[in-house]
Amino acid sequence: MEQPVVAFDNVGLRYGQGPEILHDISFALEPGSFQFLTGPSGAGKTTLLRLILLSLRPSRGLVRLFGLEASGIAGQDLTAVRRRMGVVFQDFRLLDHLTTYENVALPLRVQEREEASYRAEVMELLAWVGLGERAHALPPVLSGGEKQRAAIARALIARPELILADEPTGNVDPALARRLLRLFLELNRLGTSVLIATHDLALMDQVDARRLVLSDGQLHRYD
Amino acid sequence: MSGFRFLRRDRRPALVLSDPAASRSLLAIVAILTFLAALAAAGAEMVAASSREWRAALAREATIQLRPQAGRDIEADLARAASLARAAAGVAEARILSRADAEALLEPWLGRGLDLASLPVPRLVSLRLSADPAPDLRALERRLAAEIPGAGLDDHGAWRARLSGVANTILGAAAALMLVILAASGLAVAFATRGAMAGSRDAVDVLQLVGATDRFVARVLALRFLALAAAAAAAGAAAAALSLPLLGWIAALASGARGSEDGVLFGTVSVGLRAYLLILCVAAAVAAIAGLVSAATAKRFLRELRAG
Repeated sequence: MEQPVVAFDNVGLRYGQGPEILHDISFALEPGSFQFLTGPSGAGKTTLLRLILLSLRPSRGLVRLFGLEASGIAGQDLTAVRRRMGVVFQDFRLLDHLTTYENVALPLRVQEREEASYRAEVMELLAWVGLGERAHALPPVLSGGEKQRAAIARALIARPELILADEPTGNVDPALARRLLRLFLELNRLGTSVLIATHDLALMDQVDARRLVLSDGQLHRYD
Repeated sequence: MSGFRFLRRDRRPALVLSDPAASRSLLAIVAILTFLAALAAAGAEMVAASSREWRAALAREATIQLRPQAGRDIEADLARAASLARAAAGVAEARILSRADAEALLEPWLGRGLDLASLPVPRLVSLRLSADPAPDLRALERRLAAEIPGAGLDDHGAWRARLSGVANTILGAAAALMLVILAASGLAVAFATRGAMAGSRDAVDVLQLVGATDRFVARVLALRFLALAAAAAAAGAAAAALSLPLLGWIAALASGARGSEDGVLFGTVSVGLRAYLLILCVAAAVAAIAGLVSAATAKRFLRELRAG
């Protein structure tokens, strides 16, 4: 049996000496699975995604990523693990001094690939998310929806094994939200594991997928 | 060329921007420090070159000194000393200095207008030595002592040793000054790198989250500061190179009317090719230090970020 892409076992998180904001979180994301992470605003969805990204470390419990225990992942291993994940941040986190094209190409550029080897690939993906005409625009002049799509394209460009998307349809109209959801479903059909954090019930109702619900610092699973 | 990919100009936009005002300040600081370090190095080289020249000139000369002795004919002793010297190997020329010449040499110490006729002024035979065959001054000294009472041979060793000491002190001081200035350049670049990283923390964070290694981020910053420091060092070095002839002119002006006499005694301060090469080396060292310090500072900053 294949190892889960992500496995949490009784994970708890507190900041400093403060109260525990996530407790006894246990779940696993299987390879090729599709799920939503939901819950009210402030329930800790983004925090949970940061734990998966290893930009936060748990106060207790075990986190395993691609079969590796998180406490032992550092340096080059951390970079290698992150290269297997694609992330869509809620606030996009596009670099304002780089064009849409440069932002989307970033994961390939940091792998020190020659631009000639990825230029066509990036342009194709930009066209696919409807940003072909905006490739040379800087993020400050993009609309919320365009930034959203650029952030999604950046998360997909290196063909990661796991996509983490934080409110990926929060800034787009329902039609575009459906289109983006189809994009994630298509990626999932091709074998990518997908975890979408959202509180958009209408979006979740469009897909028959597992829901992980965060509430009062605890996780409830609805398969 | 494929082994030097990092040297190829990357036409893609910079991944991490640095504050333009901070960059300009760093440019000015590194240019000024390079200028000072280059001047210190070139100045020390000019002193060392003059000292070498003077010591070489002194080594090519020796003096036989005859103290007047009661009951001896000093003119005959002088002629004998000169003939012994001419017969010795390695002596190209022996010239007897007249009493007037000997008295003139005392003038700088005793002043003009003194009647030295009653004083037992030592008389001199000036020797010009050849490089081949090498002179055996100790043998000549022994023969002089055996044949002419009161004769001595001065090979200027004491002067050469003293000059060498002074020149080495100046070189040591210049080397210390240069090290301090290079350290100051390194610190300025380290502060600038930390500033740039703190100011671009979000961008650095994004780079790491999309899979950049610490080495990659550090190299991005190091190349940026290397380029900046290289431009600043080139400007500082160019200013120093242009200043050298000016310094030589000031040195000549400062020695005033006695310049030609001092030139004979101490040699002249001249700007040689080695001084310009040293300036180039200082500029290269400043740029290299900037690149290394920037990369090390960036790596350290990234480690601190990870440690939280």
